[in-house]
Amino acid sequence: MPKQAPEVRRRNFDEVALGYLAETAVQEAKRCLGCKKPKCVLGCPVEIDIPGFIQSIAQRDFVAGVRILKEKNCLPAVCGRVCPQEEQCEEICVLVKKGGQIAIGRLERFLADWEAGQGEPEMPQISAPTGRKVAVIGGGPAGLTVAGDLIKLGHHVTIFEALHKMGGVLVYGIPEFRLPKAIVQREIDYLKKMGVELVTDFVVGKTRTVDSLLEEYHAIFVGSGAGLPWFMNIPGENLNGVYSANEYLTRMNLMKGFQFPQFPTPIKDHSRVAVIGGGNVAMDCARTALRLGAEARIIYRRSRQELPARLEEIENAEEEGVIFDFLTLPIRYMGDENGWVRKIECLRMKLGEPDASGRRRPVPIEGSEFILPMDAVICAIGNSPNPLIAATTPGLEVGKRGNIVADEETGRTSKERVWAGGDVVTGAATVIQAMGAGRKAARSIHEYLSGL
Amino acid sequence: MFKIIESQMVVPNMHLLVVEAPAVARQMNPGQFVILRSEEDGERIPLSVSDWDAKAGTVTVVFLNVGHSTSTLASLESGMNIPSVVGPLGNPTEIDKFGTVLCLGGCYGIGSLYPIARALKEKGNKIVTVIEARSSFLFYWEDRLREVSDQLFHITRDGTKGSRGHVSRLPEIIKAWGQSVDRMIINGCTFLLKRGSDVSRSMGIKTVVSLNPIMIDGTGMCGVCRVTVAEATKFACVDGPDFDGHEVDWAELLQRRKQYVAEESVSFRTSRCEEHARRP
Ligand SMILES: Cc1cc2nc3c(=O)[nH]c(=O)nc-3n(C[C@H](O)[C@H](O)[C@H](O)COP(=O)(O)OP(=O)(O)OC[C@H]3O[C@@H](n4cnc5c(N)ncnc54)[C@H](O)[C@@H]3O)c2cc1C
Ligand SMILES: Cc1cc2nc3c(=O)[nH]c(=O)nc-3n(C[C@H](O)[C@H](O)[C@H](O)COP(=O)(O)OP(=O)(O)OC[C@H]3O[C@@H](n4cnc5c(N)ncnc54)[C@H](O)[C@@H]3O)c2cc1C
Ligand code: SF4
Ligand code: FES
Repeated sequence: MPKQAPEVRRRNFDEVALGYLAETAVQEAKRCLGCKKPKCVLGCPVEIDIPGFIQSIAQRDFVAGVRILKEKNCLPAVCGRVCPQEEQCEEICVLVKKGGQIAIGRLERFLADWEAGQGEPEMPQISAPTGRKVAVIGGGPAGLTVAGDLIKLGHHVTIFEALHKMGGVLVYGIPEFRLPKAIVQREIDYLKKMGVELVTDFVVGKTRTVDSLLEEYHAIFVGSGAGLPWFMNIPGENLNGVYSANEYLTRMNLMKGFQFPQFPTPIKDHSRVAVIGGGNVAMDCARTALRLGAEARIIYRRSRQELPARLEEIENAEEEGVIFDFLTLPIRYMGDENGWVRKIECLRMKLGEPDASGRRRPVPIEGSEFILPMDAVICAIGNSPNPLIAATTPGLEVGKRGNIVADEETGRTSKERVWAGGDVVTGAATVIQAMGAGRKAARSIHEYLSGL
Repeated sequence: MFKIIESQMVVPNMHLLVVEAPAVARQMNPGQFVILRSEEDGERIPLSVSDWDAKAGTVTVVFLNVGHSTSTLASLESGMNIPSVVGPLGNPTEIDKFGTVLCLGGCYGIGSLYPIARALKEKGNKIVTVIEARSSFLFYWEDRLREVSDQLFHITRDGTKGSRGHVSRLPEIIKAWGQSVDRMIINGCTFLLKRGSDVSRSMGIKTVVSLNPIMIDGTGMCGVCRVTVAEATKFACVDGPDFDGHEVDWAELLQRRKQYVAEESVSFRTSRCEEHARRP
């Protein structure tokens, strides 16, 4: 797929991948064999009829393609951009070893963008009002999916979102250059048009509890995500210039810090930025810092092979000039007299025996301490669910890491009339999994509501 | 959208805003705060709540005009709308029967102290309120505070009202009160919180301070509000904002609050809160 050249894009916040033109999309679609028992579908967490929409593209019937896509995926423009297709549908496409797998994600994105270019989206059929009310907590992909599915079935749906914008990680976390915010906004506008009531600036557990909402709503879906940032608890972590990935990305994306001072939330001009971690979040932070003019490096305790980020994003980061320090563990941050971080002390690691995750465990090499000069550090080592809802909802069973316990097939929790799904149940995962969980929960909620 | 019901300057550079936010007002308790945004794409501004009316559905905040966002907020007029009022955030101040509680407030804390003192009074505590300012013309809400206090003391740096000087005058005030003090509660700028805690430590009085580090979301998501209390990292927005003033790492907090001074225009500063730290 055409991309902005690395030396250009590393200085702007525009989208990196430019998308297929219709001609390229049709050509690519024509390579698809339209397998009778398509492997690719097995790799898709929401079982999109992949050969179906690809055939439609091959026949240039884009309208039909969009319809097939949307049967299973209500956020195709988002998923076409951020899904890890390389380890889902594309990985098991039968063509992998015969000329290369079909670029399923890019075709998905093509269709969604094509539709957006056609003006007003086609409105779905909305059933007659059932008089049943559903409250959805959290406006991320899980919550948006539940809302979209249930509104079509005639239920009254209200989404309560703590922040001042809907979208969850899609707006506050994933940067503009990977997922333009206008695309997310389009999906939210679509829900609004279908009649979903959107309430922002509403912190469930504070503004109102789940129990209080249950008095007014027949069912509740909790899709509050995994928003609590982890720190490493090493010395110097509270120095100025040490951020959580959430803070850094929120300043940038939600508060539009990259346009400071036109937008009033400030972001610092740093010259050397270290990002701790190796996932998508770490890549996003490093590439953001780079675009703000800093020298950006990823400090990761294992090797390149174990990086949990999507391969495409690792390659993008490398091309743009992000420096990688593999097998490196920060052990201490040192500051100046004004409390600003100036140096990181690190240890070199080597790979030992495989651990529970099957990846080789990094072990420190004794006496290998060394110092990196740095004026900002972004800690991107993970997140867990925010305890706010669990702590204010008696009867809601919670697991070890603060995740809400919910049935995998239905999303039902231990509490009557309360469903949950997405990162709040699984811990930090993917957009498509959150969407899939939302789908299942919506089905179960609908069954419940229909029986009332 | 949230409607401004009242907007006024109570004393030079100190503004009061009453805003309609029924869901927030219904759940409010003393010591909690809200986050406001004065304009679309504006900063999220955390402000302690100085009063509220659950029936009328309104929330009152008092704030010092110190920079871009607070000055935009100050320029609002009644009848206008603002895009966000989120809350109530943070934990309520612990309200119980302690005996005598000394409530110390300065700056915007004179306002936010009021509902705390009121609730403590209703619980049957004796309330000694001490308010502090650079000069007497900066005091406000004295009548309200007097109503909920057994005694009201003033400290001014220029001596225009009450004791002359700083919170270091507290021991004399306590002596004048004549009875033991069982707990102290401090609201206001970080310097007042710190200096007040220093004084009360030497007197062995348990002290609760309402911290005001830089915040963004106020729900535990970003971690910018982290403070070290009793050697552990806490998120002030969800673990606080109240903490034991004798356990707070003040040096770290003061440094963290300064992270964006270079970026922020501090052209409106008139409170000169830092002077607490410099002068004896
Ligand atoms: C920087 C970053 C990059 C990522 N990149 C990718 C990627 O490339 N591909 C991919 O598939 N996945 C990626 N992910 C992961 C993906 O974004 C998440 O798995 C997904 O967003 C989870 O969806 P969710 O709906 O469960 O939660 P979220 O998107 O987290 O949304 C939860 C929402 O609930 C709100 N909320 C929380 N508590 C409350 C409350 N008490 N009351 C009201 N509202 C509340 C939150 O404010 C938030 O808006 C990335 C994540 C991050 C942080
Ligand atoms: C829980 C809490 C309660 C507060 N209650 C009140 C109150 O009742 N009245 C009042 O006048 N002030 C209160 N503050 C401080 C108030 O939030 C800041 O003065 C305000 O955000 C400054 O914004 P600004 O753009 O006008 O100033 P800026 O020019 O941006 O900053 C001036 C100074 O204010 C502080 N500050 C800046 N941004 C923030 C932020 N997002 N969060 C906290 N501090 C910040 C910094 O120390 C900065 O140097 C409270 C802060 C917290 C965290
Ligand atoms: S496995 Fe590959 S070739 Fe077969 S249907 Fe799916 S995309 Fe087409
Ligand atoms: S303000 Fe973001 S975690 Fe406290």
